[in-house]
Amino acid sequence: MMSDLTKLKISEARDALRKGDVTSVELTEACLDAIAGAKALNAFVHDTPEIAREMAKAADARIKAGDAPSLCGIPLGIKDLFCTKGVASQAASNILGGFKPEYESTVTTQMFNDGAVMLGKLNMDEFAMGSSNETSAYGNAVNPWRRGNDDAALTPGGSSGGSAAAVAADLCLGATGTDTGGSIRQPAAFTGITGIKPTYGRCSRWGIIAFASSLDQAGPMTKDVRDAAIMLQSMCGHDPKDSTSADLVVPDFEAMLTGDIRGKTIGIPKEYHMDGMPEEIEALWAEGRKMLQDAGAKIVDISLPHTKYALPAYYVIAPAEASSNLARYDGVRYGHRAKLGQGDGITEMYEKTRAEGFGPEVQRRIMIGTYVLSAGFYDAYYNRARKVRTLIKKDFEDVFAAGVDAILTPATPSAAFGLGEMKDADPVKMYLNDVFTVTVNLAGLPGIAIPTGLDKQGLPLGLQLIGRPWEEGDLLNTAYALEQSAGFVSKPAKWW
Amino acid sequence: MLDLTYDTPKPKVIAGAKHDWELVIGMEVHAQVASQAKLFSGASTKFGAEPNSNVSFVDAAMPGMLPVINEYCIEQAVRTGLGLKAEINLTSAFDRKNYFYPDLPQGYQISQLYHPLVGEGEIIVDMEPGIARKVRIERIHVEQDAGKSIHDMDPHMSFVDLNRTGVALMEIVSRPDIRGPEEAAAYIAKLRQILRYLGTCDGNMQNGNLRADVNVSICRPGQYEKYMETQDFSHLGTRCEIKNMNSMRFIQMAIEYEARRQIQIVEGGGKVDQETRLYDPDKNETRSMRSKEEAHDYRYFPCPDLLPLEIEQAWVDDIAASLPELPDEKKARFVKDFGLSEYDANVLTAEVVNAAYFEQVVTQADDGKLSANWVINELFGRLKKDDCDITDSPVSPAQLAGIIKLIKADTISGKMAKDLFEIVYTEGGNPEEIAEARGMKQVTDTGAIETAVDEIIAANPAQVEKAKQNPKLAGWFVGQVMKATGGKANPKAVNDIVAAKLGL
Repeated sequence: MMSDLTKLKISEARDALRKGDVTSVELTEACLDAIAGAKALNAFVHDTPEIAREMAKAADARIKAGDAPSLCGIPLGIKDLFCTKGVASQAASNILGGFKPEYESTVTTQMFNDGAVMLGKLNMDEFAMGSSNETSAYGNAVNPWRRGNDDAALTPGGSSGGSAAAVAADLCLGATGTDTGGSIRQPAAFTGITGIKPTYGRCSRWGIIAFASSLDQAGPMTKDVRDAAIMLQSMCGHDPKDSTSADLVVPDFEAMLTGDIRGKTIGIPKEYHMDGMPEEIEALWAEGRKMLQDAGAKIVDISLPHTKYALPAYYVIAPAEASSNLARYDGVRYGHRAKLGQGDGITEMYEKTRAEGFGPEVQRRIMIGTYVLSAGFYDAYYNRARKVRTLIKKDFEDVFAAGVDAILTPATPSAAFGLGEMKDADPVKMYLNDVFTVTVNLAGLPGIAIPTGLDKQGLPLGLQLIGRPWEEGDLLNTAYALEQSAGFVSKPAKWW
Repeated sequence: MLDLTYDTPKPKVIAGAKHDWELVIGMEVHAQVASQAKLFSGASTKFGAEPNSNVSFVDAAMPGMLPVINEYCIEQAVRTGLGLKAEINLTSAFDRKNYFYPDLPQGYQISQLYHPLVGEGEIIVDMEPGIARKVRIERIHVEQDAGKSIHDMDPHMSFVDLNRTGVALMEIVSRPDIRGPEEAAAYIAKLRQILRYLGTCDGNMQNGNLRADVNVSICRPGQYEKYMETQDFSHLGTRCEIKNMNSMRFIQMAIEYEARRQIQIVEGGGKVDQETRLYDPDKNETRSMRSKEEAHDYRYFPCPDLLPLEIEQAWVDDIAASLPELPDEKKARFVKDFGLSEYDANVLTAEVVNAAYFEQVVTQADDGKLSANWVINELFGRLKKDDCDITDSPVSPAQLAGIIKLIKADTISGKMAKDLFEIVYTEGGNPEEIAEARGMKQVTDTGAIETAVDEIIAANPAQVEKAKQNPKLAGWFVGQVMKATGGKANPKAVNDIVAAKLGL
């Protein structure tokens, strides 16, 4: 048996499984041990060891029979936002307390059909609303990384913070995430892993608990770019059950990873130089630029003039959709229902149920969303935000039309911050975490975050590459080239 | 296409204490799309199933569920639009209408506010022969129905049945072109007739498959014409909307009541508040449901789960090509081709099955008026007596045509024909064979009639003298001849021969 099985990348584990050097059961047991020993990280919130062992056995049989897709036998963690049949799926919310769906999301169905093994459900911000994991009803996940010798607990980012922490701490080989405004890329950057949000419509949203339907996309969170390619391959593809899912052929992403980006044009958008951005981030970005240049890409300075309006537009559109999407949690059919007093009617049932079931951040966004859609404010907020969204999309179309293949930006405006640090801050300060990532969701483009360095305190920092729509293969290859140059191999020191 | 020409009916005028008032009415009709499956889920639409048995995960708004448009429902709505001579919008879009209610699991209804599937059309509403109102259709949009809340089954709890949740509805919105309670009922009847011809809605009002929100306002004579000229609503009074009506009789009563209520308010120096009202048939009155201030803010916005609906002109053309003949065209054709009165044509085209039956009769019998009389008076009357549907008629079109042919050929008398019809109705069989076998045929052999006439003249010399003085008494001889021939003699031939023999 190989040592440190949980440290394997998906590609390595796949090759070892196929060669018979390891079994899925062994890999799975190693991960289950790691999970059991990492309660301090609070990454996994529903463990499913029995299901994992069953799936691992089945995968081993498939591998033995010579029928083994890339994900066959690979133990993964699943974000709590995905509906998994018979397994608690709560979007980290009390309002879905005890909810076990009778159905399996399309994305997880596809991965399980390919033989992937589910270890359990991963922590996240409630309904994917948050950038620090602190809105989770389960309590936040904790970043396995720490600042130097300081043992202050840091955020793994959000909303896919549980996924990021689990992958970074080697509790699983990869994890699913979802990204509405940066929820894959920001936690990936905070934990030194890779995360890609594919083009809107690439992954089916069927069976993923909705936050903001026009922005939500699932994507993989992995230890490197190759693993992201392997996992995305299984997750994406057309689904007739999702009207916004694209009926397009999915190329072989892994086969596109040549590392050759000679002749590619990379744009550096001037609007992403933010006031007050840490020098280290600026330096990291400049380094990334140089690495891509050295790899043979042509670097051009570009302008995406409407960037500064993206964050406000996002924080109108996303809450607007959320206020409607979350209306179904009313205590009538499933999930939490408040205890009612004598004489309470339907209105009291709604009010009490939703006041008890939703946390403060979710309530805030429902109220914002309700407000911006209400009569008299619709044009000033929602409609204006939609217009801004169109302009942002056009900004990207223009630079792509001018020959840019990918755009390089920082992934986040800072490294991981301390848990509780933003407790009393204006919520808008928390929203600023998404400043580099929301444009990608508003424009529906693919974006990938990859770790490229450490800050002075030893925390990982990431860069983001933004690609043309439907060209995840090309984007992954550019990311692969950057990954090769950056040579990021650091791991958090185990303290948990 | 054939067209009949119409005059416009006079609007209903109600005399108030101070002035005369006219009514202005617009309707929003919710018609359930005739389809096997719901609008956005695969669940069945079958009526009368066990509560909550026709409910998919989508209908129950389980987390992560997404709507997928049922193409057949869209086809039905397009067919309806074409049937109402309306514009079909090749691009339309779905919006969410947000409100909380336990029978609305999603917390929003998916509807079409900003970009409806069907644009402007029209309905010719027949009032009486030669008189009809043209009502403009503003739009038709497609939306989901809600479920059913049941509040009277338990003293402490309410129940919800989601079987109807997500069933496709067409909301057919008229302009305020309806001018009285009778016109309102006639509008619903005509719309229902067209929908049934098209097969896009079964029109069953009792089951709630066709229900209307009725907007009523009043205006002084002359104001409506100003509105029509300018399309400026300020010429009209403030409207009230009477919700959820599913009886033609109650629609008329509610409008009448509501108009009189508004007249009383305005003549008393008050102002009509724009509001939603409910009609109470027990008390025959409308009551305020919610005022404009209490009106829901539905926070409509484009449904992000559905891309804009794009359809192709060629697809619309295919649907148009497969459209059945509609009531107006059929009626005009019946008038023109079969020489029917507009009244008869109206009756015969009311239901497409009746019209089809009639057409089979008339093509075989080759006599429009006679066929119409027999279908409307004898057949419909007899079926009604038995509470029987035309589709279950014991007399087939061929049998009825057979009877009519015997009448036309003077083979049987009209009176005998009725007896023959009853025999065919109750016993079945070939009419001509029955007439032959049972000796029902008329004697048209003039020789035989002459003999009979001669015998009666010879036996009644006194009567002959009287008849010569007073030709009206010739009828007595005709009666005697008929009696002598057992009613089988052709009355016209008897008349002629009697007159000739008496030298009248």
